[in-house]
Amino acid sequence: MDGLLPEILLSVFGTLVMVSDALTEESHKDWLGVISLVGIYSAVMAALISYVNRGTAFHGMILVDGYATFFRLLVFVIGFLTVLASFSYLKRDGLPQGEYYALILFSLAGQGLMAASSELIMIFLGLEISSISTYILAGFLRHDAKSNESALKYFFLGSFATAFLLYGVALIYGATGSTRLDAIRLAIEKGEAGGKLLAVATALMFVGFAFKVSAAPFQIWTPDVYQGAPSPVTAFLSTGPKAAAFAIFMRVFFTALPDSSEAWMWLLWISALLSMTIGNFAALMQTNIKRLLAYSSIAHAGYVLVAFASRTRIGAAAAMFYLAAYAFMNIGAFVVVSHYSSRGERYVAIDDYAGLGHRYPFLAALVTIYLLSLIGIPLTGGFFGKFYIFRAAVNADLIWLTVLGLLNSTVAAYYYLRILVVMYMQEPKESTPLDPLPAGIAATLVVSAAAVFYLGMFPGRVLEFATQAALFVPPR
Amino acid sequence: MVPLSWYLVLSAVLFGLGVAGFLFKRNIITIFMSIELMLNAVNLSFVAFSYYWRQIAGQIFVFFVIVVAAAEAAVGLAIIIVVFRNRQTLNVDDLEAMKF
Repeated sequence: MDGLLPEILLSVFGTLVMVSDALTEESHKDWLGVISLVGIYSAVMAALISYVNRGTAFHGMILVDGYATFFRLLVFVIGFLTVLASFSYLKRDGLPQGEYYALILFSLAGQGLMAASSELIMIFLGLEISSISTYILAGFLRHDAKSNESALKYFFLGSFATAFLLYGVALIYGATGSTRLDAIRLAIEKGEAGGKLLAVATALMFVGFAFKVSAAPFQIWTPDVYQGAPSPVTAFLSTGPKAAAFAIFMRVFFTALPDSSEAWMWLLWISALLSMTIGNFAALMQTNIKRLLAYSSIAHAGYVLVAFASRTRIGAAAAMFYLAAYAFMNIGAFVVVSHYSSRGERYVAIDDYAGLGHRYPFLAALVTIYLLSLIGIPLTGGFFGKFYIFRAAVNADLIWLTVLGLLNSTVAAYYYLRILVVMYMQEPKESTPLDPLPAGIAATLVVSAAAVFYLGMFPGRVLEFATQAALFVPPR
Repeated sequence: MVPLSWYLVLSAVLFGLGVAGFLFKRNIITIFMSIELMLNAVNLSFVAFSYYWRQIAGQIFVFFVIVVAAAEAAVGLAIIIVVFRNRQTLNVDDLEAMKF
């Protein structure tokens, strides 16, 4: 019975952090971050232990398999890096530490639950546990108007999306008499399910999931939320909850609804194309780096949807690989933004990065690695991510989507390279002050850069694990 | 006996009203209430289906939804209060610190 051990540990540690927050003096609050790191580390270990005894738990509501473990480990590592990068940010801006770490831990518990659920109500609960914590995190700069606005928009559009998802769940329950994914599939195969009700339910769930992964045409909230939220939180939002949302998106559609995959493939097709195009072309016109990365994150969701639309095991594995590679390069980029922005996030315009290459060569080199990986240059994780995705799409005869996707990634290269040009070829306008790199941030940056290179040079093991984990995807 | 379809139509209408309110109302509190209306429309569907399938599960789901909606309300109202303190307004059109 260790199917839920990682989530239980995270909740216990989250509560522990909150209680100790009330009991520790201001000068000892650093320990709260350390407790959180220990909590996440133990959750990683617990995820590995529950993988050893994999199988179903709680009457089939929890399913621990390679897929669940892959996403659990991914979101926990993302959480670990976020906490590590937040130490100095919280101190610099004088934010309360206990609540912040506790919310990250609770959000991770929700995401772990999402990854491991095989039942629609559990998926809904995991999604809400994760979302409600992140609504608060987005508004963590309480006196900052942008952060308020970010939290409010995230909360409204997030709950709006959840309501659609939940309506879809209700209609599926009505059509099949069950909320367990495998039972739903059985009922549909036996022809017991109402066809029209099922079609409406599929569409509603698609809307809900597309909102959560910020895929077009449901992406409008993304730029505002990512821009206004504190930068380490944006690093977290754009990777952890997004990966977990993709995890349940694929799990639900492949496990419960493979019979209508011809129909929903077209929804994915259109959404993938729109996400890539809107994300990349809007990013071209941005002057704020957080907003640029937000639009680029919409485009990257589009690439993952291309892999999803191929509806094969290789496609699902490519999506998983891409989400992992994307997580590291994006965390790296946002953590640099968070460090460079200085107190109160003053320096977030692209022009503020002028001359970074001469003044802080080490930081600039790291930014270069992340940006090259976001473009998809060989030797970085982003290259193999894109390569696997488009190979899966070609194998599935999605020729047009592949061509349009490749054209899109060339457009994307322009705005990433523009940042590099500003960094290396322009003279600084004013000498923006920069604190020396704190240990936590340096560690996060080096680990993400190492992960980007690892996935770019030795992608074999991760891809193999992902392909094994994607066994649940039915053959077409 | 009232047939299942009546409940479903009522639920769909309530959900539609919630969506319309969310999209067209300009007051933050009203938008928030529209979301609650959508969630409760879903609850109605759950209960109706629960009766139709003669299963208790559908009604238990409603409890989960109510709990989640309560948590959402707590967080949502807190966020609304913070926004109001900083802006002195509850009109969503005034929320434009960030623009394209």
